Amino acid sequence: MLVFLLRRLMQSGVVLLVMSLLVFVGVYAIGNPVELLINPEADQADIERTMAALGLDKPLWMQYLIFLRQALAGDFGTSFVHGTSAMQLILHRMPATLELAVAALLIAVVLGIPLGLWAGLRPDSPSARAIMGLSILGFSLPTFWVGLMLIMLFSVQLGWLPSNGRGASTEILGFPASFLTWDGLQHILMPALNLALFKISLVIRLTRAGTQEALLQDYVRFARAKGLRSARIVGVHVLKNILIPIVTVIGLEFGSLIAFAVVTESVFAWPGMGKLLIESINLLDRPVVVAYLLTVVSLFVMINLVVDILYSLLDPRIRLQAQAG
Amino acid sequence: MSMQQPILDVRNLQTHFVTSKGVAKAVDDVSFSLQAGEILGLVGESGCGKSMTGFSILGLVDAPGRIVGGQLIFKGQDLLGMEAEHLRRVRGNQIAMIFQDPMMTLNPVLRIDTQMIETVQAHQQISRAAAYDRALEVLGDVGIASPAERLRSYPHQFSGGMRQRVAIAIALLNRPDLIIADEPTTALDVTIQSQILSLVQTLCRERQTSLIWITHDLSVVAGLADRVAVMYAGKIVESGTVESTLKHPLHPYTQGLLGAIPALHERGRPLHLIPGNTPSLVNLPAGCAFSDRCPQVHAACAVNPAVVEVDDAGAPHSVRCWLIKSQMDGAAP
Amino acid sequence: MKQLLDAFSSSRTERLALIILLLLILCALAAPLISPQNPYDLAQLNIMDGRLPPGSVASAIGIEEGAPRGLHRYWLGSDDQGRDMFSAILYGLRISLTVGVSSTLLALAFGLTLGLLAGYFGGRLDTLIMRVADIQLSFPAILIALVLLAVLGQGVGKIVTALFAVQWAYYARTTRSAALVERRKEYIEAARLLGLSTPRILFRHLLPNCLPPLIVVAALQVAAAISLEATLSFLGIGLPITEPSLGLLIANGFQYLLVGMYWISFFPGIALLLLIVSINLVADRLRDVLNPRLQKQ
Repeated sequence: MLVFLLRRLMQSGVVLLVMSLLVFVGVYAIGNPVELLINPEADQADIERTMAALGLDKPLWMQYLIFLRQALAGDFGTSFVHGTSAMQLILHRMPATLELAVAALLIAVVLGIPLGLWAGLRPDSPSARAIMGLSILGFSLPTFWVGLMLIMLFSVQLGWLPSNGRGASTEILGFPASFLTWDGLQHILMPALNLALFKISLVIRLTRAGTQEALLQDYVRFARAKGLRSARIVGVHVLKNILIPIVTVIGLEFGSLIAFAVVTESVFAWPGMGKLLIESINLLDRPVVVAYLLTVVSLFVMINLVVDILYSLLDPRIRLQAQAG
Repeated sequence: MSMQQPILDVRNLQTHFVTSKGVAKAVDDVSFSLQAGEILGLVGESGCGKSMTGFSILGLVDAPGRIVGGQLIFKGQDLLGMEAEHLRRVRGNQIAMIFQDPMMTLNPVLRIDTQMIETVQAHQQISRAAAYDRALEVLGDVGIASPAERLRSYPHQFSGGMRQRVAIAIALLNRPDLIIADEPTTALDVTIQSQILSLVQTLCRERQTSLIWITHDLSVVAGLADRVAVMYAGKIVESGTVESTLKHPLHPYTQGLLGAIPALHERGRPLHLIPGNTPSLVNLPAGCAFSDRCPQVHAACAVNPAVVEVDDAGAPHSVRCWLIKSQMDGAAP
Repeated sequence: MKQLLDAFSSSRTERLALIILLLLILCALAAPLISPQNPYDLAQLNIMDGRLPPGSVASAIGIEEGAPRGLHRYWLGSDDQGRDMFSAILYGLRISLTVGVSSTLLALAFGLTLGLLAGYFGGRLDTLIMRVADIQLSFPAILIALVLLAVLGQGVGKIVTALFAVQWAYYARTTRSAALVERRKEYIEAARLLGLSTPRILFRHLLPNCLPPLIVVAALQVAAAISLEATLSFLGIGLPITEPSLGLLIANGFQYLLVGMYWISFFPGIALLLLIVSINLVADRLRDVLNPRLQKQ
């Protein structure tokens, strides 16, 4: 297990290094770093002073090392717009994004797995066909468009749900959370559903395919021969087998939920870091953009790592292989 | 053999598969009966419908397959007319099944104890602890050392032979009246095969459990079963006591099967092979299904032969073949 | 080809999808001919006709001398500058399709070349190309696009670059796996023995046999590219305001949608939806037709 962990950690490290290099090359080498990193309103003396301070007079590889060292310390410079540390800004907005992503993930699982099971158990029934039709739509519709339609229907036409913002939030463990108040719940429902849409379709498909495959396996037939109730066969024998790949994929998708939150947050004016990113790109607030990109990529790599470990814990076959190896 | 009420009476069972290429009669008018404690060997090549006969008895035929006719009288009740919940309570309780490939039958992500306890609790209102004790006991019965430790293991930690022992233990958990074993030794090494064979034989004899042993191997049946039924293309073509059937095979197909077994004292002699291949069930020759491979085919074979009862020195023996029919008719005045 | 037509005539949904798709492409091609006004010729816009609901009659006041006249109607309403939404949608379709298709073609050409090289030569080159592709594919497309656009800035060329970068890895991977299978077949060995040049073997012999799965992936990717472009443009970091794709039109109407003037966003949205869904359905059907294994069923 330790060897496995170490190997995965090293892989993650390499990916992070590659991404940091890409962002560095993108921002420092391709673009003009002076233009990108220094406040365009600064005067000539300021520019020279900052250039020296940023080490822009040094060779490129050295600049990269400096960039890396500062990045590791979480120092991405100061936001031109907000005048505070870029990293601070990101961290301040992160809980809102995480809450939204977790809510979306929960919705995807709670809706997707039962629907997928149903469609897999009765593939020819009209209800299963309807479910699959919806999942195809969920795959192909652009997220932002669905978000607009949700707003149009539930906020503008029906007036049931608020169209933007986060609403009242309460503090738990020092972080603001929306799901504890009625107002907060009303605010998070539509954005979370919107963000979840693609993942619901994904979970439905995975669950359905897994169910159909599992039903053909001898162990399901054996379970029937043992005289088990169908609820137990589906709920334990089938579900436990298909849950492994589903959990893996869902876990891996959590990273992409954070990335896609950029869209949902912009549509619903949800005050997360995705919305901050778009604002920063539009305002040319480069330190914040760099801080966001590297933060999200790190999150992404971390999630992949955690999912891999979780996967090995869930599947006894892999767990034991890892112990042996 | 006493003429008591048979424990299982299969009458004219028909299981069909409706596919785009036509209707495959996987089980076509199969009848046999089984006394308590009796062991029946159901023999045939792959695809002859022998496994499907076993699945039909337990009601485990999956679409596009369907039981379209016949009766399955088990202890006086017709299994075919039973509602699902009633049938579920028979399955794994009074009739248990052992499958062919022990690598596939145990659920890979559940521990052995889970898979055994659930089987007990599906049929008996007893505590988990009591079900656990029962699992422990049966696991010992099938010859698994340190069963308490093994119960906490996952299937992949067992060898193939051990897994099949576990599957047998699961079949025995609820003290069934009948066990259907679908080629349970085919996937195993020869030495393990004989261990499993003698294990099942001993356990069934001890408990007076009836057994249907499905196999393609006549030599396995010879040492195990009381009676044997030979299937070809969905039909039982010959059945009788092991003695009578193996010593005096009447159907050309049975004769062919016996001729294809290599024997030690016949070293160097060419094996007799049955010419041709197992026919596709969708596209059978008209009349006797074996006619296109039969060395003794003649004009009468264009019509489906009826079952002929033969008396082989007091042992009942029946066969579906025109040859025997004409011999009988010729012999009789 | 006949087979293709048969495939589409057998299913009603897919036939409808094909018809809609062809219609949309036709509309995009013929936009200047069939649209009631040129939505980007400011001279033809009438600010007095701003934000009119669908079906409104255009006012005759304010139209300059010489501009196309007549009492036409805004069948799909008008936007805040008095632009006819129907015309804007036709022009938007043109831009969305152009960006989607051109980025896909570029990525296809690049990706399949790398995939062929990786599959044919194997070894280190293969490992290198596939490693890069794998790492890239482990990140969601939108994140890659955001990184690139954050670095490059706005513009048609830049969004095409971003969509190109997002897509190439799919083609490289698909081509490689097809090439790996084909490489072992005898006709490649024969071509090599004949002494044909490597590029000729790659593109004349290997490529045609790797094409069917690629066509399907590319067709699906056009829809994905159009959807991603619309998303990025909606976020305001995709196409510039001078190149109003469907995504930008939707973004423009967003603020009005909140106050009940749905048509400025809604109709471009419907056009986008029809475009994406019909491409997806047609591509799905193509997959069934081109996949001989599924075809038999």
